[in-house]
Amino acid sequence: MTSTPADELARVVRDHAGRLAASLVSLLGDFSAAEDLVQDAVETALRRWPEEGVPDRPDGWLFTVARRRGLDLLRRQQNYRSKLAELQWPVQPAPDDRLRLVFTCCHPALAREAQIALTLRVVCGLTTAQLAAAFLVPETTVAQRVTRAKRKIAQAGIPYRLPRDDELPERLGEVLTVIYLLFNEGYLSSTRDRPHSRDLVDDAEWLTALLAGLLPAEPEVTGLLALIRLHRSRAAARFTPDGQLILLPDQDRSTWDHAAIAAATGLLTRTARRHRSPGPYQLQAAIAACHCEAASWAETDWHQILVLYDLLLRLQPSAVTRLHRAVAVRYVEGAEAALAEVDALRNELGSYPLLHATRAELLRATGDHARAREADQRALELTNNPAQAELLHQRLVRP
Amino acid sequence: MKYVLMFVETEQFAQELAAKTAAEREQAYQRVYAWFDEHAGKISGGRKLQAPHTATTVRLDGPAPVTTDGPFMEGKEVVSGFTEVDVTDLDEALQMVRTWPGCPVVEIRPVES
Repeated sequence: MTSTPADELARVVRDHAGRLAASLVSLLGDFSAAEDLVQDAVETALRRWPEEGVPDRPDGWLFTVARRRGLDLLRRQQNYRSKLAELQWPVQPAPDDRLRLVFTCCHPALAREAQIALTLRVVCGLTTAQLAAAFLVPETTVAQRVTRAKRKIAQAGIPYRLPRDDELPERLGEVLTVIYLLFNEGYLSSTRDRPHSRDLVDDAEWLTALLAGLLPAEPEVTGLLALIRLHRSRAAARFTPDGQLILLPDQDRSTWDHAAIAAATGLLTRTARRHRSPGPYQLQAAIAACHCEAASWAETDWHQILVLYDLLLRLQPSAVTRLHRAVAVRYVEGAEAALAEVDALRNELGSYPLLHATRAELLRATGDHARAREADQRALELTNNPAQAELLHQRLVRP
Repeated sequence: MKYVLMFVETEQFAQELAAKTAAEREQAYQRVYAWFDEHAGKISGGRKLQAPHTATTVRLDGPAPVTTDGPFMEGKEVVSGFTEVDVTDLDEALQMVRTWPGCPVVEIRPVES
């Protein structure tokens, strides 16, 4: 497969933008200026590489452009000028420079949307246009979010530093939440045609791997990495060639990446051995691993999955988790018991399409085909995802 | 011992003020100045704060402290006290606020320099 200039840029930006931004922040002490320099270089490359071809050393090229723009920008700030001119590429900032950058972008004093936008932009190097495309919002909205967030970092005195040990659980939690949301967004919208070379799932995996490298002793980071990799290992089986969603029971398990599954479950097992009580990401990864390791849907270890969901519910008593647990209940205790669990969630999750789709499945299993159709119909009315809608439609037209 | 009052402006108040004529607004300002003059002997200091978008709020009435973006601007919630602290950055201020034993909501706002 030949890579286009845009693909090459995406790769170079993902690998180097965070490092470049981190080194510029360290030097200038100005988060916003550093971020602008990197974005400027990326946008210049976006314009020029398709015409002029990809340079021999693309990372060095980006760095040179960023530095030149920095010199232009700082012409009036003489004290930085000599320092900036001396800066060499490749720089080797302390390994935790990028980590500091991630923690600054995900500071709890910033709104969630701002945390996500900043992380993707500063650490992963996405442009405003790419962010807008990924989240289906106008470019002006993204630009405003980013501007507001940068202004707040400067004016509210949000520091560019690593959290202390006693702050780490809360602050790392924020970072992992942001990455998890990125991953989910990418995972759900992968049904859309993909004209652009950036995939949010790739970015989420890359960020988690970066964190795991920098914080190897944090079991939840490893848990999230395993979770993302386990989901990705099944990517080839999730869609038909024409883009229709294939649910887990119907997937061709021979197309799963079994080497990746073995590597991810190995990672999870080693982490579990070192830490007694698993956190929510490890538990979700363990559930994904149960599915990945089953030779067929019928051979899935539902007892194990039910135990894992019970542990997860203790940490995260959410209605959505209870809905997922109900599927395991069906195969352990039967469809009637599962249906009772799902019906108990109807007040809380009444507008959630998956509740109605799950109810429909359970009603069909108990032989109540009329009410099953009603539930499918309701799910179809509520879903926004085209692949989900198509699947529900297929069910409804089936005799 | 120093005390600072934190004044909370509502949306309605801002709208009413904007709807006034320049002369009426001037009168309103004069009443504020007069109030400061009247209490001048008791006021030891005070400063204008940065705009509300710079705020960070910590909620301590749940099972764990929750830190969020933005000011709280609900009519039923009013600022009951204010203290000026001198710390390195927002994280140090947050660290102090985590152990605050009083009212359930604290707003941290940088002082305009």
